[in-house]
Amino acid sequence: MASQVMTNLDPKSRAAAKGLSDLTIRNLFIIPTIAFLIIFNIFPLLYSLAYSFTDFRASTNAPANFVGLQNYRDLLSDPFIWKNFSITAKYVLISVTGQVLVGFGLAMLLNRSIPAKGLITTLLLLPMMLSMAVVGLFWKLLYDPNFGIINYFLGLDKFEWLADPDVALYAIAIVDIWMWAPFVMLLSLAGLSAVPKHLYEAAEIDRASGIYTFFRITLPLVAPILMIAIIFRTMEAFKTFDLAYVLSSQPTTELIAIRLYKMAFQEWQTGMSSAFAYIVLIMVVAITNIYVKYLNKVKAR
Amino acid sequence: MRTKLISIAGGLALALASGTSAYAQELTIFWAEWDPANYLQELVNEYEEETGVMVTVETTPWSDFQTKAFTEFNARGSAYDMIVGDSQWLGAASEGGHYVDLTDFFNEHNLGEVMAPATVKYYAEYPGNSGKYWAVPAEGDAVGWSYRKDWFEDPDEMAAFKEKYGYDLAPPEDWKQLTDIAEFFHRPDENRYGIAIYTDNSYDAMVMGVENAIFSYGAELGNFETYEVDGYVNSDKAVAALENYKKLYSYTPPGWAKTFFVENNQAITEGLVAMSMNYFAFFPALLNEASNPHAANTGFFANPAGPDGDQFAALGGQGISVVSYSENKEEAMKFLEWFIKDETQKRWAELGGYTASAAVLQSEEFRKATPYNEAFYQTMFKVKDFWAVPEFAELLTAANQRLYPFIVGNEGTAKETLDALAADWEATFKKYGRAQ
Repeated sequence: MASQVMTNLDPKSRAAAKGLSDLTIRNLFIIPTIAFLIIFNIFPLLYSLAYSFTDFRASTNAPANFVGLQNYRDLLSDPFIWKNFSITAKYVLISVTGQVLVGFGLAMLLNRSIPAKGLITTLLLLPMMLSMAVVGLFWKLLYDPNFGIINYFLGLDKFEWLADPDVALYAIAIVDIWMWAPFVMLLSLAGLSAVPKHLYEAAEIDRASGIYTFFRITLPLVAPILMIAIIFRTMEAFKTFDLAYVLSSQPTTELIAIRLYKMAFQEWQTGMSSAFAYIVLIMVVAITNIYVKYLNKVKAR
Repeated sequence: MRTKLISIAGGLALALASGTSAYAQELTIFWAEWDPANYLQELVNEYEEETGVMVTVETTPWSDFQTKAFTEFNARGSAYDMIVGDSQWLGAASEGGHYVDLTDFFNEHNLGEVMAPATVKYYAEYPGNSGKYWAVPAEGDAVGWSYRKDWFEDPDEMAAFKEKYGYDLAPPEDWKQLTDIAEFFHRPDENRYGIAIYTDNSYDAMVMGVENAIFSYGAELGNFETYEVDGYVNSDKAVAALENYKKLYSYTPPGWAKTFFVENNQAITEGLVAMSMNYFAFFPALLNEASNPHAANTGFFANPAGPDGDQFAALGGQGISVVSYSENKEEAMKFLEWFIKDETQKRWAELGGYTASAAVLQSEEFRKATPYNEAFYQTMFKVKDFWAVPEFAELLTAANQRLYPFIVGNEGTAKETLDALAADWEATFKKYGRAQ
């Protein structure tokens, strides 16, 4: 089957001259990739799954004892871990919703002929090209209650963006929105430019209102590509670490990735953290599956 | 052409070979990135002059120090020959087999008496009172306080303070005075605040701050022999101490919710606060006109006493240990022999390191060398430390999870916080089979 799909090797090529067959060349490309995947992804994945059923600690010489589902039971009955999950859910919701609204809004604004459109689009894309840690440090200065420029412009005096436990998570989400709304904008722009112009012309002839045109033509046609952006951003937001870690250390901003890092690399509870990582993995896979199902539904429409 | 290439390659190989063999022996010491590590590099340069052994002090930021060190240990890596590790690592590193047992070395050189007693107890010995030693006390450190002398000595302020509180404005002798002074100078309208304390809930920052209150109030974290915590960390004295620490938080500058040594020194250099908590190791920067415009007006005092006259401080500082996986263990031991010599310790102190050598600490010369050395000397004889058991990081996490919401987030009461913490610690000790 595979050989039918493959195009045949040109008999005059250098590879053919060296006596390499189509199959050899295919193997030359594929085997290293598969070996890499097995060694660095699949093997650690299975190895950590085994660890998740033990009380292993990488920092000691003590042998790992099999504890069954104890780690999973302990984690799922720990109120602090549930708090981490609910904080993460809240963060994903705020951050992804914000990115979609801002990103799609920007794309709508840019989807028309305006002067210097290319330059504006490029400038808007800059935030997502920066490193997360740099963005975190940079916004920490902007949010500073003593000399931060944000309070100065908003006239908020000494408002404590990152120190106030009730506000800190929103402050981090704002930074994430600033950084990643351009990504949603970029994909939305691609979707918007693919909407056939004759549909809008027909709507205009029918004297359809702007809102009607948006909800009946623009949104349904952009929806599939917008869904892809949402899937990507949800997965990324779910595992956010750097931004939140750099910006604030409030218990109200302790996302699951931060808790997992502390458990694995500060407390060296290797078995327990492997179990935790599996719980997170299952959740991400489940959420992504729901999205993909919905995406297929949207596409079918 | 080919011959030419071969001769060039041969020449290069020869150059490289001779380059690497310039030092017959090299040693690497791993430490956190801060001034004392630079002083140590200066000191070991002198060792190189004497012996020809090149010693490099490799550093990493504090936030990364523990993770990087233990990653190397767990991988049984030989990248570092010696490590200047935190006191609370002793349990994890000794039980994990990462540190070389230095008991014989310790006894042979009588280090139990050569070094200050507190430094031996907390930087070197594990388990407590076992007579087993894993490190040579290297950098003594504890938490002290800096303050603005010009604010304290202003006649108008002194008169106003006396009128309000009924006693003279001076460096505080107890925690009540500390709190009064913080309250007195807390004037947000003038961009002037009472006090800077540790509030960073990652690793041990905030816990060290709270320990200063708990220890001086006469309370303990628990029984270090039996691992009992109920009735210790949640005793009435500990509850009162935590309440006082929380009260101090209300006199800090805005945004003081994730602060450690950098921010607390900045609070003084930027003229924000009257008093600031910090490790003695960070005080040299406060006397430097280049880094502190208020250097001439900065004074220092030891952690004040509690209501019953107990006076203790949270211990910082580190001991130097030989890594089990080093390929140069013998050479590392030779270095330690040089390091513990009286003249080396004296030179260490001159360069800015906080020696743990009892003789150097007690000398007039040392005590008068800087405005804070006297406070340091006194503090080093009344320090207490956090748990040094292998699971110390889990205990720190529980402490951060319980203390931070109360101090910064205003959640619950001090009693509820410490009762919950006692229950968490009890569960952890049970999990590791230390407590019944």
